[in-house]
Amino acid sequence: MSTVLPEQGSRIRSWVTGFRRRETLAAYGFLSPWIIGFLVFMAAPMIASLVLSLTDYDALRPANFVGMSNYQQLLLDPKVRVSLANTLIYTVMMVPGTMVIALALALLLAKVGRRSVGFFRTVFYLPVVTPKVAVGVLFLLLFNGQVGLINSALSLVGIHGPQWSTDPLWVKPGLVLMHLWAVGGTVVIYLAALKNVPRDLYEAATIDGASAWQRFRRVTLPMISGALFFTFIVETIAGLQTFDEAYAAFYGSAASATYSSDAALFYLIYLFQQAFQFLHLGYASAMAWLLFIVIIVITAIQVRLSRRFVYYEGR
Amino acid sequence: MGFGTGDEIATTRVALADKAVAPFPVKIGGSAFDAQQFLSAVASHTAPDVIYLDRQLIGTYAARGTLEPLENCIAGQHIDMDQYRPAAVAEVTLNGKVYGLPESYDNRVLVVNNGAVRSVGLRPSDINPADRTALSRVTATLTEHASDGDVSRIGFDPKMPEFFPLWAKASGVQMLSDDGLRANLDDPRLVKVLEYTVGLIDQQGGWGSVKAFRDSFDFFGAKNPLMRDQLAAYPVDDWYLNVLGNVSPNVDMTVMPFTDTAGKPVDWATGSTWAIPAGSRHKDQACTWIKTMTDAPTWIAAAKVRAAKRRAQGKVFTGVFTGNKVADKTIFSDLVKLADKPAFDTAVRTVLEVQDSAFSMPASPAGSEFKSAWQDAVNRVLSGQQKPTEALAQAQQEAQLAIDNAVRRQ
Repeated sequence: MSTVLPEQGSRIRSWVTGFRRRETLAAYGFLSPWIIGFLVFMAAPMIASLVLSLTDYDALRPANFVGMSNYQQLLLDPKVRVSLANTLIYTVMMVPGTMVIALALALLLAKVGRRSVGFFRTVFYLPVVTPKVAVGVLFLLLFNGQVGLINSALSLVGIHGPQWSTDPLWVKPGLVLMHLWAVGGTVVIYLAALKNVPRDLYEAATIDGASAWQRFRRVTLPMISGALFFTFIVETIAGLQTFDEAYAAFYGSAASATYSSDAALFYLIYLFQQAFQFLHLGYASAMAWLLFIVIIVITAIQVRLSRRFVYYEGR
Repeated sequence: MGFGTGDEIATTRVALADKAVAPFPVKIGGSAFDAQQFLSAVASHTAPDVIYLDRQLIGTYAARGTLEPLENCIAGQHIDMDQYRPAAVAEVTLNGKVYGLPESYDNRVLVVNNGAVRSVGLRPSDINPADRTALSRVTATLTEHASDGDVSRIGFDPKMPEFFPLWAKASGVQMLSDDGLRANLDDPRLVKVLEYTVGLIDQQGGWGSVKAFRDSFDFFGAKNPLMRDQLAAYPVDDWYLNVLGNVSPNVDMTVMPFTDTAGKPVDWATGSTWAIPAGSRHKDQACTWIKTMTDAPTWIAAAKVRAAKRRAQGKVFTGVFTGNKVADKTIFSDLVKLADKPAFDTAVRTVLEVQDSAFSMPASPAGSEFKSAWQDAVNRVLSGQQKPTEALAQAQQEAQLAIDNAVRRQ
């Protein structure tokens, strides 16, 4: 016979009573499209992929249960290590780069007049809506080591640019530079955060003799740390899931795939190859779960660290 | 699925094939074969009746039971398999069963830019793959660099990684056993081949420079690398001769067979094929349709249309290299007239001649993984990430593991 503690019982009764209320039902009614969408398009595929990760499955024949062998193979596969390392290196370069450039642009935008800010905000945001596949193709044209626009510009100041698209050392920096083109989304977030910093804090700091750098360091940064932290998390996850630009540039066609080096083999590209080129959907599912765990761990570390650096008003 | 009707060769043949199954309606997919699209169709039991794909992929899908063996189709519709080129048929045969009817037949020959060669006091015949030491020397002579050090003319492009199997065969190495079950990628002779071919690129400025320069070429236009003197010599797919005939009918070139170290012609043949998915609901019509598409009279009819079109445009008709040798015989004897274009006449004769020495990569249950393994290995060496021995050892391990896993699941 099960026993229910008095406090727990009252909580359940309160929940059931609450559920009977019309407004609660209405709330769930309004929420239901999202709940159904989450269950059908997120939860169910995630569970399916977890099950598939324990099988040998090619989508053409019934799945064959193989236990943990896909996960064991992950540890032995040299390309998993290479692609994971590529992805982490790219993320480590891309996230700070994006945040610094976006913050610099947002600070400039915050200083321009109200009329022109709308124009510049639109200009900075335009690349965000450019299809990533087009950006990937553009990468090869701009970053060609011999006739690309980037190296042509560098040659004007006497610099013989690197082979961005073929030298393993320069492939990832090139892709990071290409990604920086689309920092507009982050700029808009930072601009909104900067606009919310109370003016009186700057006035008080100025009266106290704070320099421009001290005002930025002691007032601006703490006050927008919430926005910085949000973009830090979001950009990190985007970096770990990077796919489109690199795939379009290095793997998008039979011709480009022929010449693709391991330097551009990001984790999701290798996962995609395993799933849809080699038909190893079970193994690809295990890869997806490994990435999920990596993202969870990194995000948890970031959240833990954020307690020391992020300022939330009212806490 | 996987086929587009982009030119008169396709539209003429599709019209004849449609007529052969009329009034049965035929809808053409229109885009290149997409594995993801095909898998989705098979998984949802809406497989297309016919697919068109690279012959090297046939083993991968056949081993998984996704494709219909064509024994009944061939016997039931009296398809003469002798009309197809043996190397092409071998590529679509897995465990003794034929899974596709060959369509195109892409051969590899050597193209020499006469102007570039003569400008340094050499003759086209000095480009000789049989003598590897001499070829290295000639490459160095033909290569030119701009004042900033960038490559301005590639002396000899070995076409790596894509022509690695051709170089391997020309060096007496078979990369995959005839049954498609044993990879031979860590063969010391193959390591030597990779060292040599990558060495050819390194002596011209390295992979980065050569590739960047090659990426800037207008291969399909009138300002192609032969006309702009950007390339002195390289092995090439035969279809490129059609491109040259179309855009540069007066190009000064010599086309020769690619040879092994003994001077014997070697030709690596690849191409596409038609196959019928196991889930097809109209197998008889599918069989009739692919039979007609690859039949000699169909190819000849399409070639006639193209020849007339080229004639009307005042351009060169260099023929169509098909997987059907009966069709080729008529096309090249009756329709291709190149007496006034000796360079193209020699080119076409060379391609026809080397076809007899063609080899193909055997079908393998892990054909896709095998190709990826050796291609990635070559790319790792080209980009300086690994040494040839290390790269090919890794490729051997990856390829054999993939083959063993595929066999285990068969």
